Amino acid sequence: MRAIRRTFEPDDVRDALALAAAIGLVGVSFGALAAAAGVPPALTVALSVLVFAGGSQFLLVAVLSGGGSVVAAVLGGLLLNARLLPYGLAMAPVIADRWPARLLGAHLMIDEAVAFSRARGTGKRARSAFWLSSLLLFVVWNACAVVGMAIGSAVPDTAVFGVDAAFPAALAALILPSLRRADTARVGLVAAIAALAATPVLPAGTPVLVGLVGLVAAGRFRTRVAS
Amino acid sequence: MTWGAVLALAAGTYLLRLAGVVLRGRLTVPERVERYLDLGATALLVALVATAALTEAGGFAGWARPAGVGVAVVAAWWRVPFVLVVVLAAATTAGLRLLGVS
Repeated sequence: MRAIRRTFEPDDVRDALALAAAIGLVGVSFGALAAAAGVPPALTVALSVLVFAGGSQFLLVAVLSGGGSVVAAVLGGLLLNARLLPYGLAMAPVIADRWPARLLGAHLMIDEAVAFSRARGTGKRARSAFWLSSLLLFVVWNACAVVGMAIGSAVPDTAVFGVDAAFPAALAALILPSLRRADTARVGLVAAIAALAATPVLPAGTPVLVGLVGLVAAGRFRTRVAS
Repeated sequence: MTWGAVLALAAGTYLLRLAGVVLRGRLTVPERVERYLDLGATALLVALVATAALTEAGGFAGWARPAGVGVAVVAAWWRVPFVLVVVLAAATTAGLRLLGVS
């Protein structure tokens, strides 16, 4: 415990635990859904540990248990995960300086850890925040998926508890401070409008990528942007 | 569900993650491009929040979820502690559903 306190800011530990609690509930519902769909336990654990990207895990189980083709399910999942590539471009310097750590950090990189880290800038604190949140979320997500599998159909509908609101709310709270800057606010606004406009017409996952058109609102580059 | 599907998705997803990290590690990025990479990550996260808060399977998600997220955004703007923000969002949405608002 003392070692954890020395390495991480106490506030960061508390916030990461809150984030982990929200994600844990989603993990339980994933495990329960997979069990209900008749996915063998070993396969569910492999999916959760090796893919470690919630949206695409739900998609794979839903498409395949609904009788969809493997190719469609995998391509759909990859489309949903395509945003991880630009995340990697932005996060590489924060994750680590050395390759073995970067190889591991890349696998642990998910939306919540990226947002959690970026809320703490790009320096040393952002790096420790990335590892704190991503390792914690990895352990909690997978442990909770196993719990969900075990209790299966006894898991109540998580929508009753508003868990589906907790996920976007946590992300919003994490990115809000960066939106106080004029250029990020403009980019964010255009990104949100573009993604929402694209949602009814494009397949799952792509509307988020369309959000990148928000970059047209970035404005001129000025050196020494106030941070 | 087959091992083939799981392993294909796992390999593809890791390659996506690794591609960005490796590319950034091999390039010397000018400050101007670096700003776009950072803004790009923000754009994706905002787009993700907007679609996750408001839409479900290509359509409107109903009022309960956006209301919860809206309360959270206001709370976060007023610098309410993160833990409370997340609880407020879930409680608002759960409360509305209890009252019959979907």
